[in-house]
Amino acid sequence: MAGAIEPGRQVSAAPFAIELKGISKAFGPVQANKDISIQVAKGSIHGIIGENGAGKSTLMSILYGFYKADSGEILIDGQATSIPDSQSAIRAGIGMVFQHFKLVQNFTVLENIILGAEDGALLAPSISKARKTLAELAREYELDVDPDAVIEDLSVGHQQRVEILKALYRQANILILDEPTGVLTPAEADHLFRILRGLKDQGKTIILITHKLREIMEITDTVSVMRRGQMTATVKTAETNPEQLAELMVGRKVLLRVDKTPAQPGRTILEVENLRVTDEQGVERLRGVNLQIRAGEILGIAGVAGNGQSELLEVLGGIERGTGTIRMNGVELDLSGRHSDGQSRRADGIAHVPEDRQVLGLIMDFAAWENVAFGYHHAPEFQKNALLMDNAALRADCEAKMARFDVRPPIPSLAAKNFSGGNQQKIVVAREIERNPDLLLIGQPTRGVDIGAIEFIHKQIVALRDAGKAVLLVSVELDEIMSLSDRVAVMFDGRIMGERDPATTDERELGLMMAGIAGESAQ
Amino acid sequence: MTKLPTWADVVLVPVISLILAALVSAVVLLAIGQDPMQALSVMVNGAIMTPYGWGYTLYYATSFIFTGLSVTVAYHAGLFNIGSEGQAQIGGLGVALCCLFLPWPHWTLALVGAMLAASAFGAAWAAIPAYLQAKRGSHIVITTIMFNYIAAALMIYILVDFLRPTGSMDPASARFAATTALPKFHELPLISDLFLRYTAEGAVRLDPQGNPMYQKVPANISFFLALLACVAVWVLLWHTRLGYMIRAFGKSDKAARYAGISAVKITMITMLISGGLAGLMAINNVMGQAGRLLQNSAEGAGFIGIAVALMGRNHPLGVVMAAILFGFLYQGGAALGLETTIPMELRIVVQGLVILFTGALDHMVRMMLGLVFRPRQA
Amino acid sequence: MDYATFLQILDTTLRLATPLLFACLAGLYSERAGIFDIGLEGKMLMAAMCAGSVAFLTGSVWLGVLAAIGGSLVFALVHGLASITFRGNQLISGVALNFVASGITILVTLALFNQGGRTPPLEGGARMQEITLPLADTLRGVPLLGPFYADVISGHPLLVYVGLLLVPATWWLLYRTRFGLRLRAVGENPASVDTAGVSVARMRFAAVLIAGVLCGLAGAYMATGLQAGFGREMTAGRGYIALAALIFAKWRPWHALWACLLFGFFQSLALRPDVLENLGMKIPVPALDALPYVLTVIVLAGLVGKAIPPRAGGEPYVKER
Repeated sequence: MAGAIEPGRQVSAAPFAIELKGISKAFGPVQANKDISIQVAKGSIHGIIGENGAGKSTLMSILYGFYKADSGEILIDGQATSIPDSQSAIRAGIGMVFQHFKLVQNFTVLENIILGAEDGALLAPSISKARKTLAELAREYELDVDPDAVIEDLSVGHQQRVEILKALYRQANILILDEPTGVLTPAEADHLFRILRGLKDQGKTIILITHKLREIMEITDTVSVMRRGQMTATVKTAETNPEQLAELMVGRKVLLRVDKTPAQPGRTILEVENLRVTDEQGVERLRGVNLQIRAGEILGIAGVAGNGQSELLEVLGGIERGTGTIRMNGVELDLSGRHSDGQSRRADGIAHVPEDRQVLGLIMDFAAWENVAFGYHHAPEFQKNALLMDNAALRADCEAKMARFDVRPPIPSLAAKNFSGGNQQKIVVAREIERNPDLLLIGQPTRGVDIGAIEFIHKQIVALRDAGKAVLLVSVELDEIMSLSDRVAVMFDGRIMGERDPATTDERELGLMMAGIAGESAQ
Repeated sequence: MTKLPTWADVVLVPVISLILAALVSAVVLLAIGQDPMQALSVMVNGAIMTPYGWGYTLYYATSFIFTGLSVTVAYHAGLFNIGSEGQAQIGGLGVALCCLFLPWPHWTLALVGAMLAASAFGAAWAAIPAYLQAKRGSHIVITTIMFNYIAAALMIYILVDFLRPTGSMDPASARFAATTALPKFHELPLISDLFLRYTAEGAVRLDPQGNPMYQKVPANISFFLALLACVAVWVLLWHTRLGYMIRAFGKSDKAARYAGISAVKITMITMLISGGLAGLMAINNVMGQAGRLLQNSAEGAGFIGIAVALMGRNHPLGVVMAAILFGFLYQGGAALGLETTIPMELRIVVQGLVILFTGALDHMVRMMLGLVFRPRQA
Repeated sequence: MDYATFLQILDTTLRLATPLLFACLAGLYSERAGIFDIGLEGKMLMAAMCAGSVAFLTGSVWLGVLAAIGGSLVFALVHGLASITFRGNQLISGVALNFVASGITILVTLALFNQGGRTPPLEGGARMQEITLPLADTLRGVPLLGPFYADVISGHPLLVYVGLLLVPATWWLLYRTRFGLRLRAVGENPASVDTAGVSVARMRFAAVLIAGVLCGLAGAYMATGLQAGFGREMTAGRGYIALAALIFAKWRPWHALWACLLFGFFQSLALRPDVLENLGMKIPVPALDALPYVLTVIVLAGLVGKAIPPRAGGEPYVKER
């Protein structure tokens, strides 16, 4: 591989700030990290990039003493160091900025900074010392925050600065940031990068975990790519390009080509105009999405996770509320009133296979037969009379679905949690597809699903399309999008970056759009 | 932690909890210089070895079934209703008003009226905490506790200032009309013979009019209504759409949202049903047994409902069994108080311990069982 | 109502507010650390029984106080074990311990004294002696303030003053010390404490045990100060009133003092229906009894400011992945 740093061929004589040797970690049967080795030079910014579930966070949790590695070694400044808990990590000079901040919301900045790093039993000396240190740090690194502000009054960007300050106050020499820009506006992200460069200039070592190619290219010196628990490559950023990284990230797996005839789009089923969703923290997650889907076609939404795809599915499925216009078969839907719920959406002919089947799509403690009615518990065929549900009909329906979808084991009374991921997904897909909806929303249809089931689920989706229904497919697996979709739209930062024909585009082009680098202009 | 087989979780966890509670109680008894085995035998003799004992055991069990069901229904919606006690008190008020101020020609009609009143009053008392939980997110555990105390104060006020007959010093209402009296076990055909009183020679005792005399027991036909309520709750939870929605919401409010199940609606309806069931208890104690409304009529049965629901694993069948167990504990405890120097308050200790082991230390019990069920290493 | 009666009511208020205050502060420590404590009532009752029994048997009130703290600590320890170590349901644990206390106190006192679940009346050194503050008699002549000082402020058992001093002490501990900072943090966001390398379980146990000590003092005062001995169910729901006061005070020490004084004032008025009647107000006594609870519900409903409990309250801490 071009530009790969081979172990043992060190650029300088100085020991690495951090070196991991053969780290492995398994959770039960799942191998989260497999024989991972990295070397990070002092005073550099090292990126770790990979899809969700690639094992990045597990690796960092090992570094910060949350987990114990099954095997492997950690060297800090050339010294073998054991990190059994967070305290040891702090002592070893490691500071961590988590994706979800570990701040006490109703404490002031100063109180958060000194928490756990107080100088004595009384707070006053620590506070005044922290105040002084903070002022110095602010001058040095553009890290200015009001030391007496209460966290919950601060913007997300400022809260993140507090997290960085917390680490610096503990004299961290190695700073790990986990998906730091996920919650930031572009301007805040730029500011963060200036801060990180400043820290680097002062000799700090920074590890940046992200799935955003743009950030890797913009700020890192070296980058490691992780995929499925393994480190697939470590390269110098200057010697690589986004296309190569995208390829390394997604991997060249055997393409699961789906046999399908060309689409024969009919009338417009779904029209979405200027759709906006704001989350509980007040961050706008969807920033004016426009799209339409016609009968008999699959629209694939590609994008790196967290760019608004989930919100799109949820607002269409009636779980989230939003503003803008959604028309289903020409009829405008309620987006924020009494009829903006899952029941009304189902009545309007929308079925929804949610991204996270275990949290949304299934009641894990319910038996399979109970889950086949979930969301459709008002359906007439499941009622015995005005009062009672027809449990026998539910069981029969479940048995039939299990047979048709080859769910194993085919035991309707087994609780959902006792099925494998693939079989859980089959239950959900069967439930939603067999309602014969006009529009199927389907998120990450094959996440955590075994190969055999993937093929099966893909065939079902295509069959639904061929029956003249509309399908909105959201997936972070580019392969899946490419092989299933009739049209591909790329989402970035709450907007649709552009649309492509999967027959004429390639993963490289889509990868760039997913990174927010090129949009319509690339046409 | 080792995952337990389902049957172990359903059966062994409550049984082990009960054994632990019994062991701790035995230690307490030993510590105060009593003989635990003697206590057990007195309780068994007093509570279940005679029809008379059963007449009390089942009377208590009736109340506990209602409150246990009340806690159970709320539990399935993910709500912890500590307010069954207050709801039962207010249900008693409903029964009293209904029996005192309406002229009932026959107890059957009075029973229907009283059941409506009891459940309506109980439900109304649950409605405010439910609304505050659903709409304003006020923690239902705290509000229902507060409402228990408010109910207690309200009952004193109403009893002393309104329902107390003039000249009476007791904080209690007047006696209900005889036409509202519910048949007790010793008055029921088929089983009344069990309660006949006998002379030393073994002949049936007769009153001066020449009629046979019976041992009077408080268990009454409410017991059968309680069993019916169990069936109704079972049907509700596992055979109706509402029950389906309640259980789905209780398991995962997020998934419920996906399915279009309204949190506000389910919280309100569930708590109304829960309060109604607690209120229904009053037909047993107020109408069936006392025949008038007394202060603190529920006598803690609402709290025992928590233990019963936990012990019965929140299933109506389990509730019946646990309620009878607690009925035994209550009647047996009373026997202890009468026949030995062991105070009957022992039953409160056992009750607390059962709640502790089944509800708060259940992880510990599971861990202990997990050691037993751990797969053998080859 | 004359001034003397008014002072009398205030004097009773202070007496009745003291056990509430101890229990309320106990709840404050525990809940601020994220452990809900419905078991204040049970711990108080247990402590009152231990205090009454040991004080009677030894004739020493202070041994009684120590016993009270010990008895209460045992219950606190069980609560900590259930809610911290075994991650059980904190609310259920509290409810359960209240029942255990209710029964066991009667069992033990019956076994020890056989007087219907009471201890024999305490006398002399087995009771808390009332303390006359310096200059109380000298200053009595000063108009208004003199009698107030002599009759309301002065003349209480030591624990009343300890309770009052605990308010600023608690405030200081919570807001001015490392311990307090960590304690508050662990109730708001235990992950923040954990990632800072401080043990969440240890902090929470510390808080729960402090609550045990304070409930011990509350019970000891009830049995040896407020009354001369233990009586069955003598706490009579005070643990729950303290809980109500805690919510009313929104988990803040000074507000806790005012809430307890207010609720103590209601209790003291309830003891003197004649006073209200003379004022031309006919408030039924049960209404006064219910007032603390009604006020708390109003606060909980967010009608007068929102009572936001510590954010991590009631949730066992599990390290997230």
